[in-house]
Amino acid sequence: MKCKKNITILIMISILVLFLGFGANAKTFRVAVIMPSAISDLAFSQSMYDSLLTIQEEMGKENFEFVYSENMFVVADAAAAIRDYASEGYDLVIAHGSQYGSSLVDIAPDFPNTSFTWGTSVSTFSDQGITNIFAYEARSEEGGYVCGVLAAKLSESNVYGVIGPIETGDAKLYVDGFKAGVLATKPDAQVNVNWTGSFSDVALASEAAQTHINVGADVLTGTAQMVVGAIGVARQRGVLWFGTQADQTSIAPEVVVANQVYDWTVVLRPMIQLIREGTIGGTTYALTLANGGLKIVVNQEALVGKTIQDIIEGKIDIEL
Amino acid sequence: MEAIIIGIAKSAIRLATPYLYASIGETIGQLSGVLNLGVDGVMLMGAFSAFYTVLRTGNLWLGLLAAIVVGAIFGLLIAFINVTLKAEQGISGIGVYIFGLGLSSLLFSTMVGTVQTVSGFPPLSIPLLSNIPVVGEIFFQQNILVYGAFALVPISWFILTKTPLGLSIRAVGQHPEAADSLGVNIVRIRYFTVVLGGMLSGIAGASLSIALLNVFQQNLTNGMGFIAVALVYFGAWRPKTVLIGALLFSTVNAIQIWIQVKGINIPSDFTLMLPYIVTIVVLAAMAKRRIHPPAALNKPFERGE
Repeated sequence: MKCKKNITILIMISILVLFLGFGANAKTFRVAVIMPSAISDLAFSQSMYDSLLTIQEEMGKENFEFVYSENMFVVADAAAAIRDYASEGYDLVIAHGSQYGSSLVDIAPDFPNTSFTWGTSVSTFSDQGITNIFAYEARSEEGGYVCGVLAAKLSESNVYGVIGPIETGDAKLYVDGFKAGVLATKPDAQVNVNWTGSFSDVALASEAAQTHINVGADVLTGTAQMVVGAIGVARQRGVLWFGTQADQTSIAPEVVVANQVYDWTVVLRPMIQLIREGTIGGTTYALTLANGGLKIVVNQEALVGKTIQDIIEGKIDIEL
Repeated sequence: MEAIIIGIAKSAIRLATPYLYASIGETIGQLSGVLNLGVDGVMLMGAFSAFYTVLRTGNLWLGLLAAIVVGAIFGLLIAFINVTLKAEQGISGIGVYIFGLGLSSLLFSTMVGTVQTVSGFPPLSIPLLSNIPVVGEIFFQQNILVYGAFALVPISWFILTKTPLGLSIRAVGQHPEAADSLGVNIVRIRYFTVVLGGMLSGIAGASLSIALLNVFQQNLTNGMGFIAVALVYFGAWRPKTVLIGALLFSTVNAIQIWIQVKGINIPSDFTLMLPYIVTIVVLAAMAKRRIHPPAALNKPFERGE
């Protein structure tokens, strides 16, 4: 009997401590994010990580904290992490991957006071009566179109190689936009598309790049984290590359012409605002060129830098 | 047409390279009775060590050596767990895989941080042979780790079937009690095969990070090590059939890439299944041959008193 009493007291004390702990941090906005690949993938996961760092800089470390789990490519593990974070009382749990949607439908109703968000998707599951999920997407066809127009201007063979992961979400939008941009500029262009069926198969992406070049492509592009293999091939064989999701210039500055960069801060800022005002779900956000969520980062070195440098160094003699 | 065939064949040979190293290493281990499911983890560690060494020193041979040494250390670990501690091999292998996956990711994010490329082993044209039309271009203008993978097939075949060492390895895997009574040191043979397998898995990883892809990122192998283990069964524990399996799988893969690139109207979901479908169909057709795994596979050796 005495033992039971002691346990009850212990539990009460720990609850008290927990409340005090939260009380001390009442003003700090706490975010947990689950990402399918590494925060340094120069693609999808890194774009979110970098955006969270920016938000933290804006709001100050004392007002904004975030924790992350990277490389959660196994959906079941990701679901466990989402549940853990939710039960630890984070204000916002970000499931950064379209593969995590069904897990959120399971988990969100169990934590009605926690806000969840996921993408890329347009579904907040409000049709299923769930009110605490936000969704976000990237209108990556916009930047894809810009890259396509640029690519068409630069290509000599008029054959283009595209490497995508799975025909869905922002990857499909980007590929379709790129194609449209090329064809709008050069209607007789040949745009070849290859899907690797995986976000992480670097070897297959690399072989796809080799095959694209073998059939005549002199400009390549691709989306998802496995494209690093393809960028390596582009660099080795001297064909141009257009990146998306993050700035991939550092991998191969000689051949990366331009990148569509995702800036999720335009999604995160209004979301945090709404959550602080008490609305914890139901809205879908999008990155667009118009709202600044999509940016085109041009790498001068690959585009014009070399020509300028050649003129400065006297390697080019301009005959008039 | 000629260019297409050359393109597909060159792709297939490149794609088969890491599988050959890993599968032949695993074949030797399994022939001595040790199942190692941790191949993928060792490949990742080999890939990272080679990549990191090349990134810092620029010396490709030093990178390869690093992969071999790290592979050997992992081989020792696996042998210690399975042979000395007599652990359940299937489960301990998964443990080694997860350890290698996690450790290589951790080391990458702390020591390198972001995706970078290195200059890997360049193509090495073999004099005279590389001038043969078609064949020369397909087979004799590859990099040195590709040649190594294909050379490994006859070498391992010779050692396994024509030398006393090979006989001992197979005896230990088929009938350890008999081998023991004839004075073969079971523990030493199994340590040898597993460490050798670890070294070859390390080279398999290095072939990706410093010869074929010249890049490293978390989970670079993407499960190749498990396909490599499957190829051992496909190849019925013989280097020559392992080679056929690896080439079949990678040729179909190269063809499916080409089908997609050429815009031939087959859904990508289907073409991506092709390598797996073809491999399963061939496996099913071969099932009639009734080739049994080494009798002592997955069984720790207990000396009867």
